[in-house]
Amino acid sequence: MSILEVKDLTVTFPGGIEAVRGVSYEVERGEVLGIVGESGSGKSVTSLAVMGLLPRNATVSGSVRLHGQELLSMKEDELVKVRGRAISMIFQDPLSAFTPVFTIGDQIAEAVRIHQKVSKDQAARRAVELLDLVGIPNPALRAKAFPHEFSGGMRQRAMIAMAVANDPDLLICDEPTTALDVTIQAQVLEVLKTAQRETGAGIVMITHDLGVIAGMADRVLVMYAGRPVEQGLVDDIYYRPRMPYTMGLLASIPRVDGEEGPLVPIDGNPPSPAALPPGCPFAPRCPMKVDMCDDEEPPLTSFGGGRHVACIRAHEIEHKGMTGADVFPVPVIPPSDVVRVPRAERATVLELDGMQKHYPLMKGAVFKRRVGTVFAVDGISFDVAEGETLALVGESGCGKTTTLQQIMRLEAPQAGRVVVLGKDSAGLDKSARKSLRADLQIVFQDPMAALDPRMPVGDIIAEPLRAHGRTDARAKVTELLRLVGLAPEHAERYPQQFSGGQRQRIGIARALALEPKLLVLDEPVSALDVSIQAGVINLLEELKNRLGLSYLFVAHDLAVVRHLADRVAVMYLGRIAEIGTVENVYDSPAHPYTQALLSAIPLPDPEMERTRKRILLEGDLPSPADPPSGCRFRTRCPKFARLSEAERQRCVNEEPSVARLANVADHGAACHYAEEIEVITASDNQEEQ
Amino acid sequence: MRTKVVFRRLLRNKQARYGSIALVLLVGLAYIGPYFGPYDWTEKDFLAFLSGPGPDHWWGTTSIGADMYAVTLRGMQKSIIIGLLVALISTGLAAIVGAFAGYFGGWIDKVLMWGVDLLLVLPSFLIIAIVSPRLREGASWLWFVALLAAFSWMVTSRVVRSMTLSLREREYVLAAVYMGIPRWKIIFRHIVPNLSSLLIIDATLNVSGAIIGEAALSFFGFGVQPPDVSLGTLIAEGSRNATGYPWLFAFPAGLLVALVLSVNLIGDGLRDALDPGSNS
Repeated sequence: MSILEVKDLTVTFPGGIEAVRGVSYEVERGEVLGIVGESGSGKSVTSLAVMGLLPRNATVSGSVRLHGQELLSMKEDELVKVRGRAISMIFQDPLSAFTPVFTIGDQIAEAVRIHQKVSKDQAARRAVELLDLVGIPNPALRAKAFPHEFSGGMRQRAMIAMAVANDPDLLICDEPTTALDVTIQAQVLEVLKTAQRETGAGIVMITHDLGVIAGMADRVLVMYAGRPVEQGLVDDIYYRPRMPYTMGLLASIPRVDGEEGPLVPIDGNPPSPAALPPGCPFAPRCPMKVDMCDDEEPPLTSFGGGRHVACIRAHEIEHKGMTGADVFPVPVIPPSDVVRVPRAERATVLELDGMQKHYPLMKGAVFKRRVGTVFAVDGISFDVAEGETLALVGESGCGKTTTLQQIMRLEAPQAGRVVVLGKDSAGLDKSARKSLRADLQIVFQDPMAALDPRMPVGDIIAEPLRAHGRTDARAKVTELLRLVGLAPEHAERYPQQFSGGQRQRIGIARALALEPKLLVLDEPVSALDVSIQAGVINLLEELKNRLGLSYLFVAHDLAVVRHLADRVAVMYLGRIAEIGTVENVYDSPAHPYTQALLSAIPLPDPEMERTRKRILLEGDLPSPADPPSGCRFRTRCPKFARLSEAERQRCVNEEPSVARLANVADHGAACHYAEEIEVITASDNQEEQ
Repeated sequence: MRTKVVFRRLLRNKQARYGSIALVLLVGLAYIGPYFGPYDWTEKDFLAFLSGPGPDHWWGTTSIGADMYAVTLRGMQKSIIIGLLVALISTGLAAIVGAFAGYFGGWIDKVLMWGVDLLLVLPSFLIIAIVSPRLREGASWLWFVALLAAFSWMVTSRVVRSMTLSLREREYVLAAVYMGIPRWKIIFRHIVPNLSSLLIIDATLNVSGAIIGEAALSFFGFGVQPPDVSLGTLIAEGSRNATGYPWLFAFPAGLLVALVLSVNLIGDGLRDALDPGSNS
């Protein structure tokens, strides 16, 4: 007996924008349905329509039945009784989902008292129980805290506690972990699983992260341009996708256990809901398109075994047993000449030696006094050789961005040295600094914010050229636009006329204008949709090989790092925890933090997700203003917990420095008790290859 | 490229087109119109005091028998120059001071904002009363423009400063810094264009503000002095008898409205041309 039954749900916004065009699904008791799709595919609007939370100007039709009871025609005052009791929702941003002026405990107790006749004391006790259930330490004390006193991960747990307060039959989670770091994401997903076990509720899990879905969902619904294009059991979808879009999506994601070689990008962009193409909405991007695809939109037809596919060539795909790599053209990336020379013989383009950046913590309005220090970056050393990509990874607050800013400033750091292309930043005068800037350029994370909205693209790309007195800006702009895969006619358009992926390409073109030797990439693909991301990653790889660039690459997505980087440095609280070649660090991580980080990454592989053992970290990142003594990671370290009292003393008193591991040339870890273990097992199909 | 793109967008813009045509016509009327009138603005017709519009005196006459048509156009010549100049200077000053204070911060910000606050609390009336006797002779209308502009930019510059504070954190500004572009160039290339919507509205408001404000200052014996006239002084005088002798008020006021409207249209068009978000 299904709890929720959605049939032919359509949502239209004024102006004829059809955000959702006929979605049908069912959720059984205790089942997890994953809804996957890129931004604008209508996945969030679908769930808001189920909750009855859409703005009034939206027209909703179709049917949504909860336990056989129609929700769409229900009056608001009846709906209120269902919402939060039978269905509850977990939102993406837990900070805006809580009222800042009430304590967390009060807000959870309120959710209890709205739907249940209990006294205030009982509700407060229940709130504490719920916080305990979701793994908040000291729940009785923390219930009296305000939302801003909670960290992001704790807030999301509290949100889950609130959602399960009334034993709902259905939980709708809208990107519940997108705003969180990987280790915290792993914690929260674990809590969600516990919550589901406790309540036996059905879960609708909406996300763009195929790894999260693989680990959580029983069944998957893939949405594209407001319609489901494929639906089925999680294993079927991941291992036997039958719709080219799903196939492309799965082939385009970089994997942390992934193989080398270019990713498979899907060309083009998702269509705008105001201007859908005739026929199949995916046809303009589909490599398997035939003339018939433009005639009419293929319906979602049953395929047997609970599968539904909306593609006229699905049977052919089934018959030939095709995969994403067969269907989509795999780009060829020319190999680099530089890397043939051994690393030790190549020139060093960037060297950091014990670099520090501390921020003073000030208090007082009129008379400012220093009350503490934020140890944002506390003595880090690494180097980047010519033609190499070094990735700096770590969770938010670990000091990656501060490190980048310090390098880009080209000024003397507070302590230590920054040497760019053999020139010490401390000894630069004004003109030397300016000429060095031509060799050191940056690509920013957010392609919206990184381009001046009031400048035509041609001017944006020409800006560095003119600043450095190049006269042939015009011709160079044309050349650069071609280089990053855009048309020269685009030069007269403004940034907002481009999609996210194209904007990022413009950002890359600007950074390349002066033919730099070192490019700093600050999370260049994290703001992009999966299908667009692959194209940009391939472009970066190709440019590196063709132009002999070196990259310093900052990211939190370890799968992208594995794909793009040659070496990787893992940062924790302003220090480097582990550094080495990608193969060494990923295949045999030695620092407990790296191990936890790698094991926390969800893999887009349901089979492996089920069998995988996670190293879960306790708690949150300590404040960089008050780092623990000795080893900074010891407060969360799973290894520290297993050590004897005598061994622990060393972790508490002595700060470990990066020490080279015995058996390999390029691998070091900052741990007193470093021990290499394998965290990610190579997938079967990869071994076959 | 930006100049070219903006200019082309401006040409395509209907509002800007109509606004410029209207402004050209008004300027033409002010400077060429007097040659077609039957009277000079200094002439007085002692046979017609306060007579209404007619075939002889097209727009009627004043209480001393001056021809309204000639006098109004004479006044408009002054007012167009004063209005446009004051608007440009005051908005430009507001943009530069606000953007520099906001972008550089530190002591530059402190000094500039201290100056702004000082000018805000000082009564402009008092300053003008002190300064005016020394400036009365010679090309006093230029001084006059400078004084008017000097007392009308402070509030806008505070707004510009606070907007700059948020703009300077944007990544495209950082990108420009990392390209090695001098800071003053960043202000003019990235900060000011992104404030253009605000600045254009401010400038168009300043045009009418200056024309009206000039009349108030003329009252204190500064700027345009009788027998010379300006639109402002004409409106100030005419408004007293607006019901009895409407032509004294209606013609200068109507021209002021037309002038401000045409400037507004050009401003709107320019704003749309500069703002890539608008499709008109």
